[in-house]
Amino acid sequence: MKTTGMKGEPAVILLVEDDPAHAEIVRRNFVNFRMANKLMHVSDGQQALDYLFRRGEFQDPDKSPQPNLVLLDLRLPKVDGMEVLTTIKADASLAHIPVVVLTTSAAEVDMAKAYGNHANSYLVKPVDFPQFLKLMDALGYYWLVWNQFPY
Amino acid sequence: MNATPSEVEPVIILLVEDEPAHAEIVRRNFAGFQMANRPVQLMHVVDGQQALDYLFRQGKFQDPDRSPRPHLVLLDLRLPKVDGLEVLKTVKADAGLANIPVIVLTTSAAGVDIVKAYGCHANSYLVKPVDLPQFRKLMDAIGFYWLVWNQHPDRCGQAGAFLKKQA
Repeated sequence: MKTTGMKGEPAVILLVEDDPAHAEIVRRNFVNFRMANKLMHVSDGQQALDYLFRRGEFQDPDKSPQPNLVLLDLRLPKVDGMEVLTTIKADASLAHIPVVVLTTSAAEVDMAKAYGNHANSYLVKPVDFPQFLKLMDALGYYWLVWNQFPY
Repeated sequence: MNATPSEVEPVIILLVEDEPAHAEIVRRNFAGFQMANRPVQLMHVVDGQQALDYLFRQGKFQDPDRSPRPHLVLLDLRLPKVDGLEVLKTVKADAGLANIPVIVLTTSAAGVDIVKAYGCHANSYLVKPVDLPQFRKLMDAIGFYWLVWNQHPDRCGQAGAFLKKQA
């Protein structure tokens, strides 16, 4: 079985983010990251579920490969981020995918709920732009260089 | 966020590791680690039964001052008495403990172990590098990501303070 990690297999990252400015920061960072990673971007919770369950426009596995990592905003149009998280973690074929919550909410109730629904990690987007970039570096370094994925 | 108990309260890591050499590397690495001016205190248990006793405050781990609730668990998989996966399952099935991030830290890079660990809700899965300098780098990465950036209901006050200071 292949794993990503130190050897640098390219990883597929699904970014679920409705704020175009935030999505752009994440995109730039992952494009600049040393590995040939693929960042797939969807902008609401319904699209996220359609992507993960390969429905509608996301039926082609080559164009919509299963992600190694999901970066999930909480406040999302159509289907809420918490709902997306719960659905992923309740599905046997998706539950193993690490989901990192990436949100502006620093509310303890959101953190507790997210961990309760088996979020793998919870990150608060810094308001400050240089800090946001630093967070993206830390995120990429930890999850794409060190963390081991099942596939 | 005002969950700031005291500036000097340490950040607690529970290390579940039966290999003394590996435990020593982890211990040395976190000995100098500070998170927002708080020292990191590493609590070390050597088998799965001790890990559960610690987390559920049983036996010699009943005193909450001497066995404080960890902010992070580093869990080996191959452990005496109770297997690491069993420890993971038990922690994640307990409403009071499920919130604590559990990082699997093992020599096994077997796909089946990785799948099982994520299936039991491990927060992350790390393979111990054989190479010592790489092992140290991994320890730094763990400290930096999980203690500085990752947010947690138990300690978000501290992380918030850290972020503010940096900004």
